[in-house]
Amino acid sequence: MFIKQYIKDIFGALKSLAVGLRRTGYYFTHHKEIITEQYPDNRDTLVMAERFKGEVVMPHDENNEHRCTGCTACELACPNGTIKIITQFDITPEGKKKKAIDKLVYHLELCTMCNLCIVACPSDAIVMAQTFEHSVFDRSEFTKILNKPGSKIMEGVE
Amino acid sequence: MWSFSKIANIIHEWLNQTFNATLAIAFEMVIVGVCAISLFAILGLVLVLMERRVAAWIQIRLGPNRVGPNGMMQSMADTVKLLVKEGLTPTGADKFLFNLAPYIAMMVAMLLLAPIAFAKDFQMWDMNIGVLYVSAISSVSVIGILMAGWASNNKYSLMGAMRSGAQIVSYELSAGLSILAVVVLTGSLNLNEIILSQADGWWIFKGHIPVMIAFLIFIIAVTAETNRAPFDLAEAESELTAGFHTEYSGMKFALFFLAEYINVFIVCAIGATIFLGGWMPFHIGHWESFNHVMDYIPSSLWFFGKTFFMIFLIMWFRWTFPRLRIDQLLNLEWKYLLPISMFNILLVTAMAILGWHF
Repeated sequence: MFIKQYIKDIFGALKSLAVGLRRTGYYFTHHKEIITEQYPDNRDTLVMAERFKGEVVMPHDENNEHRCTGCTACELACPNGTIKIITQFDITPEGKKKKAIDKLVYHLELCTMCNLCIVACPSDAIVMAQTFEHSVFDRSEFTKILNKPGSKIMEGVE
Repeated sequence: MWSFSKIANIIHEWLNQTFNATLAIAFEMVIVGVCAISLFAILGLVLVLMERRVAAWIQIRLGPNRVGPNGMMQSMADTVKLLVKEGLTPTGADKFLFNLAPYIAMMVAMLLLAPIAFAKDFQMWDMNIGVLYVSAISSVSVIGILMAGWASNNKYSLMGAMRSGAQIVSYELSAGLSILAVVVLTGSLNLNEIILSQADGWWIFKGHIPVMIAFLIFIIAVTAETNRAPFDLAEAESELTAGFHTEYSGMKFALFFLAEYINVFIVCAIGATIFLGGWMPFHIGHWESFNHVMDYIPSSLWFFGKTFFMIFLIMWFRWTFPRLRIDQLLNLEWKYLLPISMFNILLVTAMAILGWHF
């Protein structure tokens, strides 16, 4: 019957509103637990989530060696031209020419942190870092060279 | 004992002794005006801070805590920021109406302050049609909003203003009918007499179930009338950027913002006056000694306590309920609130005639 349904609707609505109010009222009276990060205060102890993508970096080991072969897979994968690889040819001890990177130029200001370059890399040379404090005073500081000066490719990485 | 009415009397007598009667009245008007404006400023600062703190605690956050001790100066800093900002008028806007609209919104809020009794014998204008005056003036606020929306020459503003028009016009009805419940029981439209009739218990207790229903309907209707969530269709950030005040900036925006909070305060004060006894302390029937103890708490504290309780309720609603769609909003009013409040007024009338209240 229509009237019965109407009255049922009203009481159902009031009940559901009361449930919501009770939940938020509980939060209001129990405000010990805070779910937000108190960022500038807890800067030293701040732990970022592992899946957070802050910027592209190239890890180097203690001998200043990286894993990048200069195959330009990341450059091709990047949708907006963030990565530019400048290659050079090293001469191996056997007298062969071998392709290697001179510079891996990374434009942070163009990067959308889409992760496609990391997926594309066949030798896991680049990874996403969790840093996020990127503000600088000059735009040119956003253009980064990821391989450290004097670094060379790791043994056994082809 | 210290009280607002005593201070007012002392000032009144001193002015009448020092100047002639006309000049004294003029000075009193100026003093009342200055008091009203400073009350507005303080209320704006306090309510904005309270809103942000309540919101933060309900959402398990901290809220403003940087400016001043515990973030107390946050709203002050915001006001200074708004004061120094440029008050831009868009080129395509109707300049006169665009600049007039915020003042209309403020003026309505100021006019509504007149019949409110802030403490015992402390009222700007004790008129015999206080309730009628309040419901008449509060419907003028829609003109300020419509004017702002139309003059902005912006589709979002106009849409927000039109929604707000539909909303305020329809919710006015159930707000009026729910106030009428207490008017029927009291037999007077005078706000002061309504307060005095609650000397042996507030109407929400004396009128039991029908007045409680009226109180519920009133609080839903005034939430809609002041354009606050869950009925904030007039601004609806996620749909209309900022609704009717999209094009406003600087102090003109601040006036709209202030008017919203003042309106919240005023409707809560009226709700507290009508249903919770205004400045009347908590009295239970003929328990003389208990009533006497309650009288020791100043009447102004009772008034502000009840009003802030109502304001907290409305803030609680805002941060709990999701926004309604425009069709759901009008459904709620015309299919639920209005029939219920009409039935309720019948019930209250029968109750008043048969004397079924305490």
